[in-house]
Amino acid sequence: MLHWIVAPIVLPALVAPIIALAMRHDLVLQRVFSLASTSALVLIAAALFQAAATGAVESYEIGSWPAPFGIVLVLDRLSALMVTLTAVLALVVLAYAVASGWDARGRHFHALYQFQLMGLFGAMLTGDIFNLFVFFEILLIASYGLMIHGGGRMRLRGGVQYVVFNLAGSTLFLFALGTIYGVMGTLNMADMAVRAAELPPGDSGLLRVAAALLLLVFVLKGAVLPLHFWLPNTYALAPAPVAALFAVMTKVGAYSVIRVYTLVFHPELEATGTMIADILIPAALLTLAVGMIGVLAGGTLARVVAFAAIGSMGTLFLAIGAFTPQATAAAVYYLVHSTLAAAALFLIVDQIRARLGSSALVAQPPMASGGLVAALFFGAAIAMAGMPPLSGFVGKLLVMDALRAHPLWIWIWATILITSLISVVGFARAGSTLFWMAHDAGTPMPPPDAEARVNRIEDQVHPGAALASIGAMLGLIVALTVLAGPMMRQAEATAAQLHDRQAYIEAVLGPAPTANPNPQAADEER
Amino acid sequence: MEFLVAAAIGILTAGGVYLMLRLRTFPVVLGLSLLTYAVNSFLFASGRLVLDAPPVLGAGETYTDPLPQALVLTAIVIAFGMTALVVILALGAYLNAGTDALDIDKPEPRNPSDR
Repeated sequence: MLHWIVAPIVLPALVAPIIALAMRHDLVLQRVFSLASTSALVLIAAALFQAAATGAVESYEIGSWPAPFGIVLVLDRLSALMVTLTAVLALVVLAYAVASGWDARGRHFHALYQFQLMGLFGAMLTGDIFNLFVFFEILLIASYGLMIHGGGRMRLRGGVQYVVFNLAGSTLFLFALGTIYGVMGTLNMADMAVRAAELPPGDSGLLRVAAALLLLVFVLKGAVLPLHFWLPNTYALAPAPVAALFAVMTKVGAYSVIRVYTLVFHPELEATGTMIADILIPAALLTLAVGMIGVLAGGTLARVVAFAAIGSMGTLFLAIGAFTPQATAAAVYYLVHSTLAAAALFLIVDQIRARLGSSALVAQPPMASGGLVAALFFGAAIAMAGMPPLSGFVGKLLVMDALRAHPLWIWIWATILITSLISVVGFARAGSTLFWMAHDAGTPMPPPDAEARVNRIEDQVHPGAALASIGAMLGLIVALTVLAGPMMRQAEATAAQLHDRQAYIEAVLGPAPTANPNPQAADEER
Repeated sequence: MEFLVAAAIGILTAGGVYLMLRLRTFPVVLGLSLLTYAVNSFLFASGRLVLDAPPVLGAGETYTDPLPQALVLTAIVIAFGMTALVVILALGAYLNAGTDALDIDKPEPRNPSDR
């Protein structure tokens, strides 16, 4: 048994209270501990990634309670990849938060940040669906604190919206879990996969209800239409480093959909069949369309980027909703790309706000080192819109190639291509307004803003390092493009492992599951 | 008893959803609490309704499923904490913004003095 699996959860869980209790008056110590902890998490994640690269599914029984009764953590290729992505993203974003001085604008930033990481890693590693709920709550509680970090009238109001929306989502999650437990009598995902296939036909209606309720919860996190309303305000109003970290929060919803709907309610299951895919594909198409139209219509760059994030979730859920190994591989690649691209864009928005006081898309006076910021924006926008040569193009190509055989392929292709064009126009318009119209003569100065809670460039600890961390984020995108071959092989292996359910079930429950008297019958049924 | 429990959960949920849709912080907090009560009772019922039985295997003829009780305990603690948090947050937003309306009319004004 690999004990390191629990380390990504335990380490931030230990560091966060120490930061909150022992060093709450010493920002320098907080920064040192937070950066050290996050760096260690990157190393641990790399080690776990190595361990998962062998193709084995590792199961870790907490407290040594055997699988269907105790809670297990499961490390497979997908969770290892998600943990690695989150750890690397968290380190870059944390470096930005420290360099830009955002962490000094309120209390407990670093403690909340570590708790947030704990929740994210837990949600990605757990093999128990009630435990998934608990880790969702942990990451949400931390995100509530981070969302309103720095305060301000609009941010607090956005925070209330965000909290209420997610509390309603949590209640739905509990309803889904109650239904699942009532029908299947288990909450262990591997055990659920075994039992779902064995259920009498009379229970299939309840199973469908549970599957649909659960899908609602996950796509609410993933901001799929019509459950995307929380995202634009939250992302546009949250502090920039927090919004950048939140780029991975929507992906937790996507991860949960991949996990649960390839393992438990997979398309070959008689009770649910293609129901999930039939809901997911049209919803994803709408999400993509509305997201990219929002890119064209957002009044500030922050909202433009938030809508682009919604659109990218649409593309992602298109690939997920096909539930074929090839499409899942494309989804995994696109997931990594869209997380990095959205995070980079949110950090760039913050640099613009720091220079101008706002990211409103109107003619504004020229900004300091505007050329550099414009270049960074140009790179990130190309990645986000899916233009060659960056990884967004590769990702969209993979998604379209994987969906070539889908019955709705013509709709899917048309939507992806047209929305790409719309987003290119949207980003080009936003960029030219902010960076080029600035130089027009007679541009009036915007009035000083009493309500502004942006982090002005004068307050930043080390503006150069902040720009460097944005450069690092773009460097990751370039690396993802250059290493698209190995990365795609990794994604294909991940997808193959996800669609080989038996390996996961056996890793968790053992070759002869104790909770299931007749596993052979279950296998044959499937 | 089944009808009574089912009706109670249904009415609580309906009331909770109605109050949440009022979009003012006080009704929304009440609505969230009602929804929480509904879901807690629902979780209890997911272990099947059994009367006068201990949650211990082998202690009597019948037993009641102890797992939903553990789940409810977790859910209650989380919901309790969340309600406290949303009350504080709503109070902060009310004192800052001078309104307890939940929806934001102009999320980010188009003029340069946004936020």
